[in-house]
Amino acid sequence: MTLSYYLVLAVILFAIGATTVLVRRNAIIVFMGVELMLNSANLTFVTFARWHGDLAGQVLAFFVMVVAAAEVVVGLAIIVSIFRTRRSVSVDDANLLKS
Amino acid sequence: MSAAILASQLVPTGLPATLAATGTVPGGEEVLFWVVAPVMVLGALGLLFSRRAVHAAMSVVVVMIGMAVLYTALEAPFLGVAQVVVYTGAVMMLFLFVLMLVGVDASDSFVETLRGQRWIGVLAGGGLLIVLIGVVLGGSRPAAVGLEAANAASNPVGVARLVFGEFVVAFELTGALLITAALGALTLTHRQRLTRKVGQRETTEQKMTQLGGGGQLTPLPAPGVYARHNAANVPALDPTGAPIEESVPRVLRIRGLEREVPWPDVVGLIGPGAGEAGDLDPGSRREEES
Repeated sequence: MTLSYYLVLAVILFAIGATTVLVRRNAIIVFMGVELMLNSANLTFVTFARWHGDLAGQVLAFFVMVVAAAEVVVGLAIIVSIFRTRRSVSVDDANLLKS
Repeated sequence: MSAAILASQLVPTGLPATLAATGTVPGGEEVLFWVVAPVMVLGALGLLFSRRAVHAAMSVVVVMIGMAVLYTALEAPFLGVAQVVVYTGAVMMLFLFVLMLVGVDASDSFVETLRGQRWIGVLAGGGLLIVLIGVVLGGSRPAAVGLEAANAASNPVGVARLVFGEFVVAFELTGALLITAALGALTLTHRQRLTRKVGQRETTEQKMTQLGGGGQLTPLPAPGVYARHNAANVPALDPTGAPIEESVPRVLRIRGLEREVPWPDVVGLIGPGAGEAGDLDPGSRREEES
């Protein structure tokens, strides 16, 4: 078994996360799909770090984690404020800008 | 004792197995991969298919923990620990917190606002899967090197040298990003107070001004005081034995659930001159009622 299997696993997780973002309506579940995609990108970073014998990939994965944490804080705050005004977390209900 | 030796004692460097010269992973890691990877894919499918958001969050937690195990196998024990702390410990718990805030029963609507959006989404996801697997498996890459040399002074030390050396500007910018995110979350969820805050002093002053017009300074008597039942719908009795209507909660009074005092003759019992112990003796009262 070579390291390519880790990449295949990362690709499968990325595709499932992308499908979740496209298909699901609940904003929180959509957000978890985004998190899944970020994690699979991290897995690719770490796998390639081992492949090339260079720790820079792990450092980049670490930075992705930090940015994802900040993104989750802001995103969940947006979801909470939308829920307060519209009493719904469905992405279909946020259509105030629709003519 | 230098920091490198201390770190190498805290994190055993021999924990992840090293790659063979041909770039293939050792047998133990292969077994670990084939145990963890299907569980992770199942967890991801759980996110895609589960109806309830809490189940989806729990499936994502499974995926995150599996990811931490794989990081450790991939000679990145520091990232494995950070994955557990940051993702399963902080991010997913934040998700669960918001789920509880917006209501656990908030289920997905299955009304399609865009026609055929679900099938187009599934098709796009499948196409992405096929294209990316083609990219990953096609093409030729050099044989894998492994991190044995880079992790010589333990993995956290190696990562720290890069973070505080080559990537120090990005690291400082990360601090600014985190502060901005915290401020953004504070301002986004901030709610302006529309009315003046009523404190203890304001409540007391209001009670004092209403005292002349039939108001009351003390709290209302609890229902059931000096009555035979202490249920919430039985009014309390005043010193003369008359029922006090205000002691029954207002909601019960409005709904008409208030009960009458079931022994009107007791009013005469503890009226004026009823100070003798014999009159208040429970035994004699039982005789009166029968």
